[in-house]
Amino acid sequence: MAASSERSPPPFPDSEEPELLEDSDEGADAFTGTSISEMDSPSPDSTRPPKDIFNEPPEDIFSDPLSNINSEPQKKVDTKIPSPSSDEAVDLFSEPLDDDSEVMSSPEVQNPMPDLLNEPVEAPKSDVLGEPPVNNSSSSVKKAVSAELFGDDEDEEDLFKETPKVVTKKPQPSGPPVDVFTEVKSDVKVKPQVKDDPTDLFTEEALTAPAQKPPASSSSSSRTNGVHSEEQDLFSEATVELSLDSPLNDRKKKDAVKPSLSAPAASVASSSSKAPSKTLEELEEEESEDKFDLNISVTNPEKVGDGMNAYMAYKVSTQTSLTMFRSKTFTVRRRFSDFLGLYEKLSEKHSQNGYIVPPPPEKSILGMTKVKVGKEDPSSAEFVERRRAALERYLQRVVSHPSLLQDPDVREFLEKEELPRAVSTQALSGAGFLKMLNKATDAVSKMTIKMNEQDVWFDEKIQDVENEEQHMRKLHVMVESLVNHRKELSGNTAVFAKSVAMLGSSEDNTALSRALSQLAEVEDRIEQLHQEQASNDFFTFSELLADYIRLLGAVKGCFDQRMKAWQRWQDAENMLQKKREAEAKLLWANKPDKLQQAKDEIAEWEAKVTQYEREFERISATVRKEVIRFDKEKARDFKRQIVKYLESLLNSQQQLIKYWEAFLPEAKAIA
Amino acid sequence: MTSISEDSDKEKVRSVSVDLNNDASLVIDIPDALCERDKVKFTIHIKTTLSSFQKSEFSVPRQHEDFIWLHDTIVETEEYAGLIIPPAPPKPDFEGPREKMHKLGEGESSMTKEEYAKMKQELEAEYLAVFKKTVQVHEVFLQRLSSHPMFRKDRNFQIFLEYDQDLTVRRKNAKEMFGGFFKNMVKSADEVLISGVKEVDEFFEQEKIFLLDYSSKIKDATAKAEKMTRSHKNVADDYNHISGAMNSIAADNNTAFKKTISVCVLQKLEDRVASDQELKLTELLRYYTRDIQAAKDLLYRRARALADYENSNKTLDKARLKGKDIAQAEENQKQCLRKFDKLSESGKKELTSFKARRVVAFRKNLIEMTELEIKHAKNSMSLLQGSIEILNSN
Repeated sequence: MAASSERSPPPFPDSEEPELLEDSDEGADAFTGTSISEMDSPSPDSTRPPKDIFNEPPEDIFSDPLSNINSEPQKKVDTKIPSPSSDEAVDLFSEPLDDDSEVMSSPEVQNPMPDLLNEPVEAPKSDVLGEPPVNNSSSSVKKAVSAELFGDDEDEEDLFKETPKVVTKKPQPSGPPVDVFTEVKSDVKVKPQVKDDPTDLFTEEALTAPAQKPPASSSSSSRTNGVHSEEQDLFSEATVELSLDSPLNDRKKKDAVKPSLSAPAASVASSSSKAPSKTLEELEEEESEDKFDLNISVTNPEKVGDGMNAYMAYKVSTQTSLTMFRSKTFTVRRRFSDFLGLYEKLSEKHSQNGYIVPPPPEKSILGMTKVKVGKEDPSSAEFVERRRAALERYLQRVVSHPSLLQDPDVREFLEKEELPRAVSTQALSGAGFLKMLNKATDAVSKMTIKMNEQDVWFDEKIQDVENEEQHMRKLHVMVESLVNHRKELSGNTAVFAKSVAMLGSSEDNTALSRALSQLAEVEDRIEQLHQEQASNDFFTFSELLADYIRLLGAVKGCFDQRMKAWQRWQDAENMLQKKREAEAKLLWANKPDKLQQAKDEIAEWEAKVTQYEREFERISATVRKEVIRFDKEKARDFKRQIVKYLESLLNSQQQLIKYWEAFLPEAKAIA
Repeated sequence: MTSISEDSDKEKVRSVSVDLNNDASLVIDIPDALCERDKVKFTIHIKTTLSSFQKSEFSVPRQHEDFIWLHDTIVETEEYAGLIIPPAPPKPDFEGPREKMHKLGEGESSMTKEEYAKMKQELEAEYLAVFKKTVQVHEVFLQRLSSHPMFRKDRNFQIFLEYDQDLTVRRKNAKEMFGGFFKNMVKSADEVLISGVKEVDEFFEQEKIFLLDYSSKIKDATAKAEKMTRSHKNVADDYNHISGAMNSIAADNNTAFKKTISVCVLQKLEDRVASDQELKLTELLRYYTRDIQAAKDLLYRRARALADYENSNKTLDKARLKGKDIAQAEENQKQCLRKFDKLSESGKKELTSFKARRVVAFRKNLIEMTELEIKHAKNSMSLLQGSIEILNSN
């Protein structure tokens, strides 16, 4: 990370605010074209705070504890919120703007801080003073042209030009803030290309929020923390805003109003120092709430065809209120390879960006062959049921991922009547062979890449995931053996029940005989109970673990992708180094004709290095966000499943009590 | 009916042993036992008011082999042919737990510290349970002897109880072992042979049929119950492993997840206890398997006597026919008849009391088992409920 900061300096944080502004503008425009006027009204508010900061003696900023500064913009925000909140619509739009103003102020605040640490006070001061006017003007210009959405590109260019200037001067105070800045930078960078694609924008935006959590919690100075928390509010808010607005442009306004109303509340609440995690959680909750109106079930496994060409088709029913789908409920028939095909498509598209694409259940040639050949035996029925449940969970995981849900392939999979046959999923096909080859080369390259991890978070996380996978595997083995032993127990109980029944029949004391046959019955029922419990063990517990072992594999894949990006960047860096050396040689040899070419090459490679670096930063951010999301999801999933499992255990214990209590008088009746 | 309560008490720990010696004239218990390698030394404590003993309260050290010797001498005593001789206690077997302990030591490196500690604890508990059981079985054997009006007066029994040094009974040597084996062979062959002998008494006929049937059934049930218990134990072990694995997952995980997982660690205890009470049932059945064997032996001895009697009748007839040795044959026949009658009489008594004893024992054990089951189920239920509540609340 240190290297990165030297080479391609993170952009000045200012650059993000126009974007944010613009995003909110976009959102606003998306809702109502007429809202510009409304937006104008709060705009003075938004421009004021930065001015305030500059009007207030800058010496103050530097001499006072920075926390003061932090509190100041916050106060402003707080006071401002009530005023526009009289009108809901105004509120909706003014809130983000307020926050923008906060952004404006906060980066300024942030700027001096590093400078304070490393550089003469004058330099940042001039920066601070020199830049804001541009900013202000840019935002005001934007306001003026905000009727036209994409008209403000120029402003942004301006901003971009600015960035290097500031940044070159600015040293890196510590690790964590760099993250933030680079995050921001990558956003900006990506932005122009994706501008017309709201979904991508949304995801990019969303990155920033979680990305900031670690810096806040890491050991950077408390001052930086304060600043971050503030900034984060806004990010998360922006994210909430966007996650609701941008993907669902044509959604009813009402839907959007509600969450955005809650968002400011979050920001107010989060102005306390604990803010980051809290807002994150809220964000998470809001996200999940949003997702849960999509219900997918996989039912009715059906054998289609005969012999070795037979396959199982599953009914995939979707129930949703999301407007991105054509109707509220729909059903399609899909076969197993379709599910695999979906995964292939998704992983092709998304895994290189660092997303955790949920893996589908494994192919099982043996199990399927049994189903194909065998008539109706219990093991194949169990296999089908197991696979059905696994597929259902797989789909649910896919759609619960906010960015995968947006993927057209997912929609197609859920909605489209006929799907082109997925060809490359056959285990023994040529494509399968190619895949295996790819995997092998990947594994080899993975071994050759030696990445020295600078990011502590990733270092720990990778280790954690590794450990966790091991433990999960161990646990899974245990649970499997539990399932087997319980099945055994059930079998033995049945045999014992029979044997007791026999004993009862040959017992000549009538009461005892009766009791024994009762006991046999009880044991019989217990056997049933054990059997049910065994299948509960399996379906709620063992399968959960199996899923997560697979998912942890996917997480590791994400880390690998990040490593690859890093490798690309390093390679480019080396190349640049070589080119530079060549240039120096040329310079020395005094060959001006080739010098130009060398310079061009250097420029080209410099561009590449920055691009790759940004890609790496982006993928790091994505992976980070994804892993955090994954952890959350995992905790929730485990909690849910374990509660379910415990409830099943509880249930069987209750049954057990019932059975034995019924038996007790029988035993007492022996005389 | 003094002996009735005793089998049922067998399972219960010491506290009960008081009430089975409701005849306070001879109270026997084993308060202590010491395990040295493959030898187990029991300390037998005797309290008596009987004049045949020199002291009223004393303790003697005895080994398992002494018990076997006592049993064998009683079996060989002609007098007791008509009685159900209490089955000898089985040889103490600590091999299972010991082996497991050994295995555990080998696998120490492969598991976490807590897991190891837990496993060790578990094994120690198991070892202790086996040990306790062994002591109990021996105790019950003595108590049954002491509560029986005939056996308590047995000379050897008194020696066993009173001789205050080590009995150091000579171990059976190879020849005797082989002899015993051979005797068993002969006995079973004889059993087959005399099964053809027509039963004169309907009671015994029925009893024989019943016992044969019952013994095979109960043997079967015992085997099955053992199997069931074993698999139950496996399940409990699995729970143990799972809780260990869960612990280790929780150890290196973050907060929310940790809470989730550490909660369900609690629940594994449940099955361990459940398996214990199933052991109770198994023990009951196992004991009765042996007891019934003893009853069968009685029947065999009676049948043998009957066959002898019939044989002597035939000899008498022959002698009469031939006209010589009549007196001797008559004598023989009379003796056989007397023996048979006596056997029949005491056998009848013994069998009836055996039946009543069995029923009572079953009743008691079944009730106890059921209550235990309910108790455990309730325990684990509240445990589960608690865990679910904790989970739901955070």
